[in-house]
Amino acid sequence: MRRPETRAAYAFISPWILGFVFFTAGPVLATLVLSMTEYDVLTRPEWIGFDNYRDAMANPDTGHALKNTATYALMYVPASMALGLALALLLQRAGRATGLMRTLMYLPVMTPPVATAVLFLLLLNGQNGLVNEVLGSVGLPTPYWTSDPDWMKTGIVILSLWSVGSVTIILYAALQEVPEALIEAARIDGAGALRRFWHVTLPMVSPALLFTTVVATIASMQLFTEAYTMYFGTASTNASDEVLFYVIYLFREAFSFFHMGYASALAWMLFLVILAITMAQLWLSRRLVFYRSD
Amino acid sequence: MGKRAWLVAAGAALSLVVTACGGVSVDDESDPPSDGSPSGSAAGGLSGTIDTMGFSLQDVIASTRVDMVKKTYPDVNVEVAEGAFEQQPFLNAVASGDPPSLVYLPRNELGSYAARGALEPLGDCIEEQSIDMGQYREAAVDQVTYDDQVYGIPEFYDVRIVLSDDSVLQDAGMTADDIDTSNWDQLTQLSSQLAVTEGDDVRRIGFDPKIPEFLPMWVAANGGELVASDGTPMLNSPEAVEALDYTAGLLESTAPWAQFSAFRDTWDFFGGENQFVKDQLGAFPVEQWYLDVLGEVSPDADVTARPFLTRNGEPITYATGQAWAIPTGGESPEAACAFMKVMTAADTWVAAAEASKKDREKNGGLYLGTYTANEEADERIFSEVYEETGRKNLDEAIQVVLDVQDAAISDPASPAAAEVQTAWMDAVLQVIEGEATAQEALDEAQQVAEEAIDEATS
Repeated sequence: MRRPETRAAYAFISPWILGFVFFTAGPVLATLVLSMTEYDVLTRPEWIGFDNYRDAMANPDTGHALKNTATYALMYVPASMALGLALALLLQRAGRATGLMRTLMYLPVMTPPVATAVLFLLLLNGQNGLVNEVLGSVGLPTPYWTSDPDWMKTGIVILSLWSVGSVTIILYAALQEVPEALIEAARIDGAGALRRFWHVTLPMVSPALLFTTVVATIASMQLFTEAYTMYFGTASTNASDEVLFYVIYLFREAFSFFHMGYASALAWMLFLVILAITMAQLWLSRRLVFYRSD
Repeated sequence: MGKRAWLVAAGAALSLVVTACGGVSVDDESDPPSDGSPSGSAAGGLSGTIDTMGFSLQDVIASTRVDMVKKTYPDVNVEVAEGAFEQQPFLNAVASGDPPSLVYLPRNELGSYAARGALEPLGDCIEEQSIDMGQYREAAVDQVTYDDQVYGIPEFYDVRIVLSDDSVLQDAGMTADDIDTSNWDQLTQLSSQLAVTEGDDVRRIGFDPKIPEFLPMWVAANGGELVASDGTPMLNSPEAVEALDYTAGLLESTAPWAQFSAFRDTWDFFGGENQFVKDQLGAFPVEQWYLDVLGEVSPDADVTARPFLTRNGEPITYATGQAWAIPTGGESPEAACAFMKVMTAADTWVAAAEASKKDREKNGGLYLGTYTANEEADERIFSEVYEETGRKNLDEAIQVVLDVQDAAISDPASPAAAEVQTAWMDAVLQVIEGEATAQEALDEAQQVAEEAIDEATS
């Protein structure tokens, strides 16, 4: 490429580069430095080395918040993958209504999370919420999703599944790429619907499933807005320990308790945990994911 | 690509960066002067620009008082950034060296900022503006005083009273006089008697103790204090443990927490189908502003007010509210000080109360008073502006509020206010969720609170 064109290319992408450097990379690096200081935002930071990391690991609240978050992720990620795939398969059979159904399934993703959280406080109310009305009408148990500590995390999983449309759309796109010839060949060989799905469709969409699993895992480890809105808002009196998720714990330490250095250390610890989980998922994927070679 | 295209791209990049750095917008009322500093040459002796954070011009009480400031100091430009106080934007503003001239925040949070030097002590301001701190209620002044220095000027004054549903009581053969909050054993019996459940579902709460949020009042009623006046946490004092143990049981006299809380969340608290209209509650302690809600949405509800009582039978209440403070490094501190004085002066409050009364009358509503931390203002409001509504229950309730105002406890200024409050609120939740006894939960809370105070003061 000629030099003037190179310069022009850089000029065109410079807004993004400048934005990334100043508003993402810069603050990220700053938190690394702050994580090794005692800093309350209002006075000068004081260098304390790795004390914040040691304190965080010794603090039972860190483990508790991490356990809550991991439990939520273990419930949400498989549920969202299963539901997302099921809806994508249904979408494939929607015929002429596919376009409309695709739009309808994605619409909830566009709903602001705060509004979704408030809506689900009503829907999940243990006494007169719509969810329990439906469950009760078919004889299923009707837990107190928003006030019983044993069910609060499950309630948030249900809320989170509201936006499963994003997973559905990605998996639907992957399903479109499964060669019809393979399905047909399996059918001719006598494979039933279940076998065709298990041995043909699923391997063919496994790269998309890996992608959505990794993204959903990262998002669930960073759960904040919905749970904060439901249980930690200004007037809330139901901030149970069971819904103290990691990022809420981090936020509270930073902005309510003035422990900005400690919260920065918590943020880096979460980054390392997510990195480790993602690496493990990618390592496992070498055995479980099928990549087509053209 | 030619030179022109390169220039266009560079221009686009520059404009994006510049607009991205535009910062937080405020509700501009006019262009601020170039330096924003007071000159002392204008009418009223001050000029410049002051910007506020945490305050909203949400009603005539707010707008009338801001107009009064503008009238008193016509050369002071007031910029109100609408929205309630939030720690994150305030901390960001302070940390970036661009704090507002004034911050309007809950009084119980003020000590944390004062202890870290984020707020200016107001000694000079009070002296120069001749602000009479004696006009403000003691419980409010205590909350804005940290380490013997005043850091805030108190505004509103919210107290708690007990409201009961007369028709519920009547059905049970009782009256409001039977609700005796000084007699704890009897109160539990009464709560059980008034409560209605169907299977796991609650249909009516007997007596709602309003915990965790009102625990400080229950502890005070039991002769103790959650936090001593010097800020020392006393979360696991015998009085606190007994009060938590009792109130958890009082709540349980209706139903376990999960059911209790789920039912309470179904109330149309601010609407015409509220818990009093639908007979979903026997009685509860509540902030006095709730009378205003009832006056607006269900003025004919059968509600009676009584003072909350200590175990010795003396009236007691728990006072909260907001305060104005000057952040360290904010612009135009002299003008900010003058603003606080005018906003909280008796004349200003009376003008605001008159405007509020007119506004209510114009909209067919009831004016039920304005409750401020300025004692002189309240005396004038309730002698010059307020008129009885003719609704016996509401008129009596207002008298109950006025009678208990001086019997108030409040959260003292603390350098670790949020941590101490979170500690005892977590303890309450652990107890009502059945995860710990009151003693265990409050012992743990005390340890957390002590560590937080030590760290904040070290």
